Amino acid sequence: MEPAARLDHNHQLALKDLPYIVRWRDDRCKRCGRCTAVCPMLSIEPAVVVKRKVQSEGLSPEPKAVRYTETIVKQTTSIDRYCIGCGTCNLVCPNEAIEPEFNPQHKFFFHKNRDGQPYRRGGRRNDPLPSTLDRLRFTRISMLTDPALDAGRHEFRIRTYLGRILPAEELPLKMINGKLTFDKTSGKFIPPVREIYPVIIGSMSIGALSPTMWEGLAMGITYLNEVEGMPVVMCSGEGGMPHRLLRSRFIKYFIPQIASGYFGWDEIIRTIPHMIEDPCAIEIKYGQGAKPGDGGLLMAHKVLKLISEIRGVPMGVDLPSPPTHQTKYSIEESVAKMIQSMSMAWGFRVPVFPKISGSKTAKAVLHNLVRNPYAAALSIDGEDGGTGAAYNVSMDTMGHPIASNIRECYLDLVAQGKQNELPLIAAGGIGKKGNLAANAAALIMLGASAVSIGKYIMQSAAACYGDEMNRCNVCNLGKCPRGITTQDPKLYRRLDPDVVAERVVQVYKSVDTELKKILAPMGRSTELPIGMSDGLSTDDHAIAERLKISYVC
Amino acid sequence: MCRLAAITSKEFFSPIENINALETMKEGHDGSGMGLILKNLGGAFEELKDYPILSGICSKNGMHTLDDYLNKLGFKLKYAWTPRIKPVKGIAHRDYYFARVYDYPDVYKDRSFEEKEDLLLKTRLSLRRMGENDESIIVFSFYPDILTLKEVGDPLELCTFFGLDKSPLKAKIIFAQGRQNTNYAINLYACHPFFIQGYGSMTNGENTAFVPIREFLMSRNFPGYIGYNSDSEVLCHILHYICKRLGYPLTYYKDVITPLKQSEIDKRSDSEVARLLKISLRPLCIDGPNCVIAFTPEGSCIMLQDAKKLRPGVVGGVKGKYGLMSEECGLDSVIPSRDKSKDVFPMKYDMVIIKPDAEEVMVWNQQHG
Repeated sequence: MEPAARLDHNHQLALKDLPYIVRWRDDRCKRCGRCTAVCPMLSIEPAVVVKRKVQSEGLSPEPKAVRYTETIVKQTTSIDRYCIGCGTCNLVCPNEAIEPEFNPQHKFFFHKNRDGQPYRRGGRRNDPLPSTLDRLRFTRISMLTDPALDAGRHEFRIRTYLGRILPAEELPLKMINGKLTFDKTSGKFIPPVREIYPVIIGSMSIGALSPTMWEGLAMGITYLNEVEGMPVVMCSGEGGMPHRLLRSRFIKYFIPQIASGYFGWDEIIRTIPHMIEDPCAIEIKYGQGAKPGDGGLLMAHKVLKLISEIRGVPMGVDLPSPPTHQTKYSIEESVAKMIQSMSMAWGFRVPVFPKISGSKTAKAVLHNLVRNPYAAALSIDGEDGGTGAAYNVSMDTMGHPIASNIRECYLDLVAQGKQNELPLIAAGGIGKKGNLAANAAALIMLGASAVSIGKYIMQSAAACYGDEMNRCNVCNLGKCPRGITTQDPKLYRRLDPDVVAERVVQVYKSVDTELKKILAPMGRSTELPIGMSDGLSTDDHAIAERLKISYVC
Repeated sequence: MCRLAAITSKEFFSPIENINALETMKEGHDGSGMGLILKNLGGAFEELKDYPILSGICSKNGMHTLDDYLNKLGFKLKYAWTPRIKPVKGIAHRDYYFARVYDYPDVYKDRSFEEKEDLLLKTRLSLRRMGENDESIIVFSFYPDILTLKEVGDPLELCTFFGLDKSPLKAKIIFAQGRQNTNYAINLYACHPFFIQGYGSMTNGENTAFVPIREFLMSRNFPGYIGYNSDSEVLCHILHYICKRLGYPLTYYKDVITPLKQSEIDKRSDSEVARLLKISLRPLCIDGPNCVIAFTPEGSCIMLQDAKKLRPGVVGGVKGKYGLMSEECGLDSVIPSRDKSKDVFPMKYDMVIIKPDAEEVMVWNQQHG
């Protein structure tokens, strides 16, 4: 007997099973076809349907059923072509005839595992609720007891240090004629320390990002440094950097990253003798907040000519970075040897620091670094950090929130009296709700010396669609409709790098003003309020207790 | 805002002069307390310069405990001074106010002064801990040639209460603070001036960077860096840390608490030193607003402002006697005959230094190093 399934579509998904349902309005649509042409997932397509209409002509009613065909825009129910809710269709529609609508009843995760392949995506943890950072308030406002500063008129120095800082007791100083002088004969190693803006653009590689996006970011930070006098720096992500940039004076605004795949490092090492400036620092990636304990993968279709040249690999092959540095077996070896090797490569003139994912084991790494005189900082990437590609299960369930992780590491340094010696860089979910300055200031007051952003700058400088309702998040497929995370020229040519650069500058100037608006009423202007936890409060008892800050209600 | 009145002189003078100066600045303090530190003491104390003076307040039980403890350690009482208390309405009379001079334990007789200082510090801290819970013992200082008096109340009324107007108590350097209670409960340990191992300071202002500074000092592994009932106590301990622990010249105190901008550092002859200190001692930047008045063990007195200079401060006087005050009217009451045109209002780069015996006033400019 013929199964009923063939007749009633039983094994097909219903629109109601999908995370986004496309609302198309027949009455507004002029059938221009722009929406179907632009849809990155091919979720919608032009279709022809047969309709039946009962009509009557003449003076007396003579109803007749008429069949006619009509072109419509139809949403597919194929799980491989599900609507990602990006809304590009709406963006290009001249008549506002179409838009995706989130479907809270969807069963997407039950079905997005065809061929035994778990769901993989880009973006960050899909949790639309406010994070701990968004629940912190600045409650120590100077008023009558202490005249508040004026964010508009007073001079503010919003700067931080990146690099290992010697305690005063170890500085090679000697007294000559009642004055302190620097003792050049001591032979004491003074680790390199950079003065930078405390909001860093975190590691996003050329490869993960499109050439236009990366170029836009690079131009933006260069403008900030050279024209605005704001020493904003940017990490390259894994996979090397363009040769011309490596050999240019602009390299000092960049932090090249070395990760477990070592991609691009043959080229970088060969270029060292030709570099006219040192890079700002070197980041060794051991982990990423979005996918702790997991490696990276640049899919073959993203490995085009430019990428293959920069990374020093053939075109069109998958580029996996293993979860760990395969040549190293222990924390001592991995951290100490790599930091020392990288330091040595630049004659100990460049700070070298590791980045790890937020974890309960962060303190163990911290203790190891404290004892390593060449370790320049520790960057901790919390669970809300973004990625270009990861398994959904890693992104949504693995990792440690940044707030308590950074706080306990800072307090651990305080207990050892080394809170000013090893800067902590906090990352992961900063500005997740758009409150970049507030989140950054809160983390600094919990003990971070600087913060690192990624997703935020993509969202603000290039209008990335991604959000925590799993909107878009197809960075891994190379189909980014904004042209941010794709190597497809048809897509990345949509993104004007000059506009990205302009937006980067605007974002930083704005965050600078907002930071002043936070710091001024708290009376800080000369140094960052690192560890000034008495300025923070929260309306949640448990958060207050865990972060050792005050509770307010 | 609190009001500060410090006087340094070649000749001995009475603390009543400081208190009268505070009275002229009364609009700036609310009578919630007064602290006095006398250094280079005269009168009966002049002969006992080399012996440590324990200054504090005790209950009856506390005094027994204190005696027993010091006896056990081997300290021998040489001289005891107590103010002649005249009851004043509104001032709670505690059992014993005292300044007692002791001889060192025999085993310390031939020890270095550093070892003696450590003993005095540890003894003071032990006594503080012993009496902290029930306030049976409150000790402000235990050091040679330093006497401290503190109590809650209006300065002029406290002067009557302690009988200072009739007392022969005199010194060559006297620091007095009239307290404006703002952030913290009235606690005598929160009352300026503060003292540690030869360094004393009092401050006008609110130290917004208090918590990171406190954490930094407390993690220096030095037993004396505790307390911090007031956010201003750290300023005294920073001075001690910079000059005594690190051994830096006095002027670097300003470089540490109010660091220059890098463009300004580049013009200093010791730019490399100033740059390194700014980085290494970053947590000690006060960020103000504060006006700090302090003295050093050898008897120099200083006044400095943070970069925002939102707190009043003026230095003036004649050779042999100078005042460091919050307001001009305070100076007028102490040294009316001075040439007012020579009064110094330290600006953000300045550190006014008055040499021992009020010999001369120097204004050190941080930009020039």
